[in-house]
This record gives sequence, C-alpha cells and structure tokens, in this order.
Amino acid sequence: MSSARARPRTHPRVGPLAAHPHGSPALDVDALLDDRETGIIVCCGAGGVGKTTTAAALALRAAERGRRVVVLTIDPARRLAQSMGIEELDNTPRPVVGVSPQGTSSTDQPDDQPDEPGRLDAMMLDMKRTFDEVVEAQASPEKAAQILANPFYIALSSSFAGTQEYMAMEKLGQLHRDAKQSGSHDLIVVDTPPSRSALDFLDAPERLSSFLDGRFIKLMLAPARGPARLLSAGFSLVTGALTKVIGGQMLADVQAFVAALDTVFGGFRQRAQQTYALLQARGTAFLVVAAPEPDALREAAYFVERLAGDGMPLAGLIVNRAGTPPSESLSAEAALAAAERLRAEDPDPASTDSASTDSASTDSDSGEDGHADLTAGLLRLHADRARLVSREQQLRDRFSAAHPGVATVVVPALAGDVHDLTGLRRIGALLARE
Amino acid sequence: MSTPSGSRDWPRVQLHVVTGKGGTGKSTVAAALALGLASQGQCVLLCEVEGRQGIARMFDVDPLPYDETRIATGLVHDGEQPGSVHALNIDPEAALLEYLAMYYKLGRAGRALDRFGVIEFATTIAPGVRDVLLTGKVFEAVRRNSRNKGARQYDAVVLDAPPTGRITQFLNVSEQVAGLARMGPIKSQADTMMTLFRSPRTAVHLVTICEEMPVQETTDGIAELRAARLPVGGVIINQLRPRDLPPEQLAAARAGTLDRTVIAKDLTRVGVDADDELLDGLLAEAADHAERRALESTQHRLLSDLDTPTYELPRLPGGVDLGALYELAATLKEQGLA
Repeated sequence: MSSARARPRTHPRVGPLAAHPHGSPALDVDALLDDRETGIIVCCGAGGVGKTTTAAALALRAAERGRRVVVLTIDPARRLAQSMGIEELDNTPRPVVGVSPQGTSSTDQPDDQPDEPGRLDAMMLDMKRTFDEVVEAQASPEKAAQILANPFYIALSSSFAGTQEYMAMEKLGQLHRDAKQSGSHDLIVVDTPPSRSALDFLDAPERLSSFLDGRFIKLMLAPARGPARLLSAGFSLVTGALTKVIGGQMLADVQAFVAALDTVFGGFRQRAQQTYALLQARGTAFLVVAAPEPDALREAAYFVERLAGDGMPLAGLIVNRAGTPPSESLSAEAALAAAERLRAEDPDPASTDSASTDSASTDSDSGEDGHADLTAGLLRLHADRARLVSREQQLRDRFSAAHPGVATVVVPALAGDVHDLTGLRRIGALLARE
Repeated sequence: MSTPSGSRDWPRVQLHVVTGKGGTGKSTVAAALALGLASQGQCVLLCEVEGRQGIARMFDVDPLPYDETRIATGLVHDGEQPGSVHALNIDPEAALLEYLAMYYKLGRAGRALDRFGVIEFATTIAPGVRDVLLTGKVFEAVRRNSRNKGARQYDAVVLDAPPTGRITQFLNVSEQVAGLARMGPIKSQADTMMTLFRSPRTAVHLVTICEEMPVQETTDGIAELRAARLPVGGVIINQLRPRDLPPEQLAAARAGTLDRTVIAKDLTRVGVDADDELLDGLLAEAADHAERRALESTQHRLLSDLDTPTYELPRLPGGVDLGALYELAATLKEQGLA
C-alpha cells in the first residue's frame, strides 16, 4: 500500500486519522431523560469514577423533569444514602423526600399534560435478601426452607464473587416487572456493582447459565438420579478426588445444595435470560461512566465495544472528575519559564529547597517567602493545571478517535463530595451542560 | 527529611499488601513500593490477583503469564548490587491446578476434575474459594517450601490486592473456609495462612486520596482490619495537589485579596504580557486551588489522626509511566515505606 501514500488523496480519509480532535458529539442528557421511550438507564464503568453519584443525579433530574423514577444503587456513600433516606437496607424502593418536580406547583403547568407529577424512589441492593426472594419465589415452601438452610447456599448468597452482579440484574428485572404491572414508575436508573471489571455485570447471567448447564451440576446430580452409565467412569474418579481434597462433608453439602436447587434451575435461567433480553430491548440506555484516566477510559472502551457486540443500546459516555481548562492562553512551558526567571532574580533563592525541613510530613506549603514567589507559585499552578488538562484532553481524543460517534459529556471535578440533593442537582445541571 | 534516607519503617515485613479504593492509584503505589524495595537491594515479587494485567502495562512488558517473570531492576543504591522486581499474575484456575499437583497426587483424577467442570466451579462459583486460592499462592510465594522445588526465594512480596471494601474478607481466609470446611487439610492450611497474615511479617497498606469518600473508606477499612486482627501498615496519601503557595497566600487567594498589581508587575518584569485575561485567570485558578487545598487539609488531618504512619505522593500532571514509577519509588524510599 505504499503507493497509496504518494497519490493525491481523493477519498475521504477513514480510520483513526479521520476523526477530528474533540470530535465526539455532545451527549444530550435532558433529551434522554425526557424521552418517554427511555425506561431503563444503566450506569456502568470502572470503580471509583462516580457511578453511584451519577446515577443518583440523573434519577433526581429525571424526577424533577416529570418522570416517575426509581433508582437502584449498589453501595452508596453513607451520607449520600442518608440524604436520600435509604441508609436502611430493606430491599424496597423508598420515596426520596425533598424532590421538587418542575412546574407542578406553579401555574404554568400545561393542561394537556395529565401525567402524575414526577417523583423519585430510591433503594439500595440487598444481595442476600434478593437471592432469598428468588429462591422463595421459585421453590415450594419446604424446598425453599431446605435451600435457605444449606451452609453452601448461605456462603454462596452472601459472598460469591458474581452474586452481586447477578442480583443487581435480578433486582432490575423485578423492578421492571413491578413498574409495568402497577404503573408505579416509568424510568429505572441502575447503578452497577464495583466489579473487578465493568463487564462482570453483563456476564453474570451467562456465567450462571453456563454453570447450571455445566457438567459439574450433572455430576453432582448423578447420585440423585440413579446410576448414570455414561458418567460412571469419570464419576468415581472425581468424587474420590473431591473427597480427598475437600472432605466428604463439604461434598455432601454441595450435593444437597445442588439437588435442592435442581427444581428451581429452570426458573433461575429463564429469569436471567429475560433480564438480559430486557437490556437489549428498546427503551434501555447504557451510559458508560469514566474518569479521564487511562485505566477508566480503557474499561469504558471495552464496555462500548461489548455493548455494540451484544446489540445493547449505548446512549453515551460521561467523563467525570475532569480538570477545568484554564481560561487564559499562556502555555504551560511559557508559565514555567517565567516562573524560573522570577526565581533566578530572587535575591535569596536558596531558602526554598534545602532549608525546608520535614516537607514530607507537614501539611504546609514549602516555606517560600517574598512576593515574587507568589507570582512564581501562581505560574507553576497554572502550568500544572494546563498540563493536567491537556493530558486529559489527549486521553479523551484517543478514545473518541477509536470510538467516534459516542456522544460524550465532560463533568468537571467538583471541589467537595456530593452528599445531598442540592449537590446532586448541581451534578445533574453539569451533566445537562446548564 | 523526617527519616534519614535508608531508614526503613517496615524492615521485618515480608508481605506488603497494598489496598485502596478504586481510582486512588493502589496499583501504582504497589508497583512503586516494589521498585523502592528493589532499590534497597531486595529481590521482590509483585503480585496481581484481579487479572487486569495492570503490572504489564505499568512496566511496559508483555502480558504476564502464570509464571514469575523478572520485569525490572531497582535503582543502584550506594554502589551496592541493585535488587530486582519479579511479577506474577495469579490466576485462580492455574493456582488450583498447581495446588492440587503440589499437595495431592491426583493423576488422572486431576484431569477429570477439569473435564467435569469442577475447576471452573471452584474458581468462579464456589464462594470464597477463589480468594483462598489467590491468597494461598501469595502465601506460598512468601513461605517457599520444599514442595516447590527450585523456586526463587524472595526478600519481600508486594500484593496489589483487591480494593479496601473487600480487603478484610479477602485476607480473612479462615473465616472464608469456615462455612465450608470445618476440618481436614483445607481448614488447617487456611489456619497456617492466617498465622502469617496476622503476624508482624505482614503489613496491609492503604492507599487513599485526600477526598472525603476515600478517606472515609480508609478509616472504615482500618477499623475492619483491626477487628479481624490483621496488621495495618501505613496510609499512603496519593495524588496530593502541588504545594506552590504557603498558607497565608492560600488564605488570601480564597479571600480574593491577592495583590493584583504586584503580580502584574512581576509578570511584566519577566516578559509575560500581563493582560486582564491572564491576571483574572491566574487569580481564579489560585482561588480554586486554595479551596481544594483547604478541603485536602481537612481530610489530611483526619488521616493524621488515624494513629498509623502516613506517606505522601504528589499528583503527577503528566500521568504515570515507568519513569514516574521510579520517581515515586524514590519518594517512598525517602519517606521510609520502602
């Protein structure tokens, strides 16, 4: 293809070079929230990028714009949970106090809008309780009691690495069914668990399904179903090995557990598949949340590709905690050079580095004095910010070059944490670029 | 310097567990700590357990197999032979197969376990087993025994561990297997591991940034570790904002009383065009910085009250590459963590 380079370019350029810097379209959050077709919004992304806060802020904004919203959070910060009235884990949506739907109290409420006013319910996921409820719904009372008392089940339902993901999916399915039946809500906003990988959430049902269909289950069920000729050769080998390693008691627990669950497997799988289908359905919107950091954006990229591969609707990318670009145009290099010149003309420049003691463990700034130092300090701060912002910009450009067309909104890092509705409203406004 | 270069706060520790809330940079700190220890001449193993291949990316090497791989050399220190950093990506399935091979002569039965999905079950579905396999391999690396013939002996093992919210459960292996194995070899092996994890040869370091939620999680994490009698190491305060303004100037910046004309004069003197746009911008940046520094100080005080040694790392505006890891390693070494 070397000859192609010499020819004058007659075709529009394709591939990464074709993407403009800053080329992502803007994500219109309000349009998404106002669209009555939007029934489910899933916020996903790496841990520590502000998924929970984003989900809560979107839910509040949607409610105040007239939607009847329920938000499912996984592990909110304590003060945020308190402010939403969900510090109690009871696995049921509770109304959030202090939501003020736009226009409902004012006279300019259009008469042609007979809808109920917007409102917001919130809940925090109780993993074990959700699992128990699934079992109770699927099995006869005696069978359910047997399962719930099994030591293996108790461990599985409270600590299995994928249980939280699966239960978040399950709860989403429940909320969706309830909302449909009772008409209580017209929008569900879901936060996803702080997984090892953002993809775990999507993989949970599949993993459960493949486990339930797997040979292991068949193996464990073999004694209950009488001698299985096909399995018998491997079977005694495997049970022998298992008994040797984990002991007969544990093997018996696992077998009892699997045998008891056997009757409810069908229901389990069906529900997992239904929820998965729900995520692919029209009306579901995925928002990928990231921070302008290589790891978080890499996770976001995996997610964007995965959603496309699974036919799941991606609404856009939210980049949280971004640095605020400086308003002035002085470059980082020019600022540092000027700071250096100020330092050079300082009559007593040696006083800073060598004499400052204990700089590592005290909380004060380096002991520079004099006013030229103030200006030099301001210039250095400016250079620091300019470099940070330009690096973040570069990371985002790379993302949008590889994933052009992903609608994006950038939310600047706030100075403090958000722990009340006022803070959530502020985030909501920033998400909507107000 | 508060600690003379070379004095080390954790000389007896063989297992450094590094945890932190997501987004605080725990993997970066774990890598820098490993490099710092290698710069003391130690032979260090850096382990990751979440299958992210984060170590490979940080050190710019090929994705790591389940095999101890040499990835970096420590800085030469006082002309002594520098140590080295080896890395291991602990994969639970491989760890289980290795464990079975090491402790049980299963032969054909071992392969049958895999074929019947038992290995997959144990490593992905069975509660707690995954964690026990991961910690078990870490334990094996710290306390090499005769079963692992010819394996390299390390002076220290650094574990890039699961996040703060999960760390106590992760290390509390006795508890994890208690519901499953009430007796037998697994129970006694878990108890032996627990003895190491609770001993002074282990230190659990917590990485945080000076923001409310991560600091709260650090406080909670320390309380949980102590309740489980696991040894808390240091708190590493990461991504600290630059300290270019002294307190009185920070106060003035917040109050909006910085002297604009003085700044303009300074700028003009060194040839920078001090127009209103620039002056407004610099003052606004200073006010914003001062506000965030004040919040940082509040959180910093909470961390200082924790009764654990603290270490500090700066925020690097250019991001973290291999060169930056060496710089951070030097900083940790200077402060005595490494």
